[in-house]
This record gives sequence, C-alpha cells and structure tokens, in this order.
Amino acid sequence: MTSVPVSQATASQDPGMSDGPFLRVEDLSVTFPTQDGPVTAVTGLSYTVDRGKTLGIVGESGSGKSVSSMAVMGLHDAKSSTITGSIRVDGTEVVGLSESKMRALRGNSMSMIFQDALAALHPFYKIGGQLEEAYLVHHSSASKRDARRKAIEMLDRVGIPQPDRRVDDYPHQFSGGMRQRAMIAMGLINDPSLLIADEPTTALDVTVQAQILDLLQDLQREFNSAVIIITHDLGVIAEMADDVLVMYAGRCVEFGTTRQILTRPEMPYTWGLLSSIPDVTASTESRLIPIPGNPPSLLSPPSGCSFHPRCVHQDKVPGDLCVTELPPLVAASVGAGAGHLKRCHLADPAAVYLTEVLPEIAPELVQETR
Amino acid sequence: MFAYLVKRVISGVLVVTLVSMAIFLLFWFGPTSPARTICDNETGNRCTPARLDTYERTLGYQNPVYEEYGKFVKGVFVGRTIIASSNEYQCDAPCLGISYNTKQPVKEEMVSRLPATFSVAIGGAFLYLLFGIPIGVAAARRRGTLADKALVSSFLVISSIPYYLFALLTWLYLTVTFEIPLFSDTGYFSPITEGPGKWFAGMFLAWVALGIFGCTQYTRFTRGAMVEALSEDYIRTAKAKGLPARTVVYRHGLRAALVPVVTIFGIDFGTLLAGTIFTERIFEIQGIGWWSLTAVREKDLPVVMATALFSAVVLIISNLIVDVIYSFLDPRVRLS
Repeated sequence: MTSVPVSQATASQDPGMSDGPFLRVEDLSVTFPTQDGPVTAVTGLSYTVDRGKTLGIVGESGSGKSVSSMAVMGLHDAKSSTITGSIRVDGTEVVGLSESKMRALRGNSMSMIFQDALAALHPFYKIGGQLEEAYLVHHSSASKRDARRKAIEMLDRVGIPQPDRRVDDYPHQFSGGMRQRAMIAMGLINDPSLLIADEPTTALDVTVQAQILDLLQDLQREFNSAVIIITHDLGVIAEMADDVLVMYAGRCVEFGTTRQILTRPEMPYTWGLLSSIPDVTASTESRLIPIPGNPPSLLSPPSGCSFHPRCVHQDKVPGDLCVTELPPLVAASVGAGAGHLKRCHLADPAAVYLTEVLPEIAPELVQETR
Repeated sequence: MFAYLVKRVISGVLVVTLVSMAIFLLFWFGPTSPARTICDNETGNRCTPARLDTYERTLGYQNPVYEEYGKFVKGVFVGRTIIASSNEYQCDAPCLGISYNTKQPVKEEMVSRLPATFSVAIGGAFLYLLFGIPIGVAAARRRGTLADKALVSSFLVISSIPYYLFALLTWLYLTVTFEIPLFSDTGYFSPITEGPGKWFAGMFLAWVALGIFGCTQYTRFTRGAMVEALSEDYIRTAKAKGLPARTVVYRHGLRAALVPVVTIFGIDFGTLLAGTIFTERIFEIQGIGWWSLTAVREKDLPVVMATALFSAVVLIISNLIVDVIYSFLDPRVRLS
C-alpha cells in the first residue's frame, strides 16, 4: 500500500481480495502506563473472524473485551498505550500503522457500534448531520446532498419510521432503541467489512434488544461483514455468535464454537458465567449462583491462573499448580470437537462439568448430555 | 420562547425596582444628608445648618421617603424639575436626577461616559476569548505534559495576584519604568473626533492588563471544559468514524466545551459593561466605573443611584442574553 490514504476502491468491498480470515489478531497485548505502574489490559490474545461470521467476546467488566476491540479500531492513543502483537485487517497490518492510514480504515472498512448511544452520539448535532459526517469523511467527492440521501436511506434501512423527517432530529428526541438504530446506521453507512458491536443492547429493554439483534443479523447477511459482538450476556451470544471467546483478566480463557462453549464448557470461569444466568422457568426456590469474589486488579494480577482466587475447583488440581503456573491455552479434551481451546489445569474438566456443574445449573440436561 | 422572555423581562424589572429602592433607602438613612454635597458645592463649602436645611427642604429630603421615591420613579418616565435652594434644574425623561457635584443631568453625563466603558469592555472581553480559548484548548490536548503543568501553574500565579495590583504594576512598569511610547498616553479618546489611532493607543494598556488577567481564567475554564468534553463517549465515536484529529477536537470537543465558557463570558462581559472601576481608575479612562467611584466618594446620590441601576440593568440583560444563546448552543435546553 502506498502512503496515500486508502482509496475507496481498496475499502474492501470485494471479498476475494485476500485469502484467509478477514480479521486476524495474533498475540495482541495492550498496556497502559498508570500512576501505579503499567497495567496490561490484554495479554497474548489471538483470534480470527471470517467474513459473514460473528465472534462473540464475553467476560466481566475489565476483562479486556473493549480494550482489545478498540485496539483493532486503532482507538488507543499511541502516547498513552503500548500495543504489541499483530492485527491484520483484510491482510493489512494495523499495529503501528500511521494515523492517517488508520483513519482511512476506521469507520470505512471497519466500524464500531458503542453501547449507550445517548452518550455516544453528540448531543449538539442532528442525527442526520452525524451520519452525513461519517459518510463524507470517507467519500470526499460526494456532495452534501448525496450524504443526506445516504443518511436517510440508512435510517430507513435500520427501521426508523419517517426517516426523511427524523433525520433532522437531535439524539435526545429519539427513543433509546431508535438511538441505537441510528448508531448502527452510522456504523454501517460506509458498508464496513468488519463491524464491532460493543454491548449494543446493554442499555435497552428486552423487546428492543431482540429487535436490535435481529437487525444486526439481517444487516450482516446483507453486507456479508465480519462481526465482533462484545457482551456479558450469554443470551446474546447464543442468538448471535458463531464462535465465542471468553476473556478473563485480559486473557483468552476459552475459545470455541457457540455450541461448544454453551454445551461443553471446560473452564471454571465459563461455568460460572453459565450458572449466573437467571432462568425464568426455574422455581422461585432456586437461587442464582454468582461467581464468588471480584475481578482481579490488573495492576497486580494473581499469580498462576488469574482465575484461581475465585475458582472452586482448585482442589482437583494436584499441588498448587493453579497458584504457581499459568495454564497454557490448549485444545480441550478429546471429543469436545476441533478448535475448542481452554486455559485450565483441570485434568478432565469435561467430567467435572458433567458431574458437578451441570446438575446444579440445568439438572434437566444431565441425562441428555450423557 | 416568547412567554419565557416576557417572564424574564418582568422579573428583571422587579429586580431593578428592588435595587433602586435599596440604594435610595441606604442613602436616605445614611449618616450624612444627601443634600450636603450640593449645599457644599453651591455655597463654596460654607454650608451652614440653615442653608443645609433649605437644601434638604427644597430637594424634598424632609418629605416621607416613599413620596420622594415616587417622585424619582415618576421622573424616570416623564421627567421633572428639580429645585435646589434658589436654583431650578430641568430634567427631561428619562430623568435620573442631576449630579449634586456637576449639576448636570445624570443621564447626559452617563451617555457621554458610555463609549469609554464600552471600549474597555469590548477590547478586554475580546482578549479574554482570543487568548483564553486557544490556550485552554492547547493545554487540554496536552494535559498532563510538562507544558500543560507549567502553563496551568503560571496562570494560577497570575490570577492569584489581586487585579488592582496587577493592573497598577502593569501601568507602572510599562509607562513609568520603561517609558514605552505606545503606552505613555493612556485614557479614552474618541475614535471619531480624535482618530482611531489615538483611541487605540489610549486603550491599549488597559486592554492588555484586563486581557492578560482575564484570559488566565478563560484558559482554565476552557481547559477544564475541554478535558471533560474530550473524555466523552461521543469523542470516541467521532474518532471511530475516521474523522481527522482537528475535526474531533474542534467540531466535536470544543463545540461542547464552549457552552459553559459562553455562560461565564456573558456574565463577565456584562460586568465589564457595567463599568470597570480599577481599570478605568488606574488607566485614567473616564468611564462609568470611574464615575461611580467618584460619586461614592463625593456622596453624589443621584449618580450613585444611576450607576448602580445601570449595572443592574446591564447584568440582567446579559444574563437573559446568555440564557437565550444557551438554548441555541445546546438543543436539549428548552426555555420555558
């Protein structure tokens, strides 16, 4: 690629441009200097996302979900963060890419949808103006009129009623669901090949949530884009994701297809996430099982497996391996299926899951799974 | 919007009425007779008790206070004739009385002093923004760096100096110690009759003192508002759209940061328009501020009344303008 900002033609509208996955993240680490010393928010993260596929990234607050995705978008300030590893977007290495080239990709071939659209949209500018701005910055030859037409078209596409009128509204005049739709419209206005949705439904009520997720799926099919959906809601994962990446304390602790992760999880943290989902069909007697303790401080992460201070299955691991040694990310037990990775010292996590975890969280499934 | 304006104007009139009553009463019941000034003045400082009595009687200071206040208010709308001992003064509406010192109608003297005060205010306020906002933005963009810290602390030092001392030192050093010719002839000169060059040279030092001192505050306001704005989610959105850094900082960041700055500026500008006592006194500018200072010292009641009312009116109007501008700056604000 030359030093000229990426032109419209290279904005990856044609899927055959490079082989392999559209997004390939390898050994990504993100470190921020703070007054109390460096904080490594993401450590050695690797994953790939193909066109038309959806990767779900789950984890608690501070697990590095958003930080890693913002690194993909190049949104970390180079002066206050250190990023190592490799992020290839459609074959282009973006770690260390110049700001001007990065800017040409951002919002164009990859874009991001943020949670809490009320805060993420500028309160002083009209919805239409904000959409037009996103379009014009990557279409320097387009007229203001083209941009407005495009903005109205996008609002229509995401299901805003009377888009030609609502385009002149301010964000505060939209309802929460409509704002999130407008946010999505803005993210998709340049037909991005990669869309990162950071908790897109967190601030919305359940029915609107379902509509937004449907919308995202429809648009993904239409644009054949690669999608990363960041969430702590496994319900969203079940509905949307093809693959799931579970993050804990900045590391990938389990990776697999959605089916693998939801039916045969092999990492105690994932079990914890699954058992803390409320079940509306359960009796009122049954209680939610929270994960004990709090997410670790990234300033002084726990030794060994970062989950060990909260893990209830440590006693099944010989010695104090959990405390002294970081388990490697390895293939899950045989039979769990290809591509399923876990980071745990347990010798046979599948057996522990079936005998101890599953009976507690979904007793009715125990028979079937066996 | 219209109903809101009507409501604000009514409450503004109420405030002006209360202010005028307060000043009237304070002087009426004050330790010296308001008539003493004009009595001294007209008799060449031989104001005997008998003469003072005549002045008090003719000026109405021996009538009930409400009656005289009523006459004052009536004079504002229809004008009146003021009798002081054996002299009669015609005072046309809007009559604010006659100065007990110069015996000129207060209104005319005020009008003649307005250009000087407005010159100070407009130049000073212009410098507030001209320096304050860009420096504040630059500091916010470099927050935490050495340059930012040096700037913030040096500005804090400047704004910790009392303003009168700062202005006095500016004048002393620039005109007396270094004798810089540009600053030597301070004061107000009419740009029309005496030429804009002379006007500019006369005002320049006052503007510099006012501007440098005031812009430190605006730098801090702007920096603070900007740091806050730049940490907002919508700034991240703007970056994620691929907008250039300048657009992100100015169109998205500064646009939001300006709202509180404009609010403070409106009030400050109103205060400047109402008369800057220190600036006018130190740089020998015969504006409203100087006039009110002299009037207080000489117990020239009608002038004190007039300057106090003027500043109340100016502040009320500038507050109202700020609120209206605010509703244009922030579409979420509805005036009602």
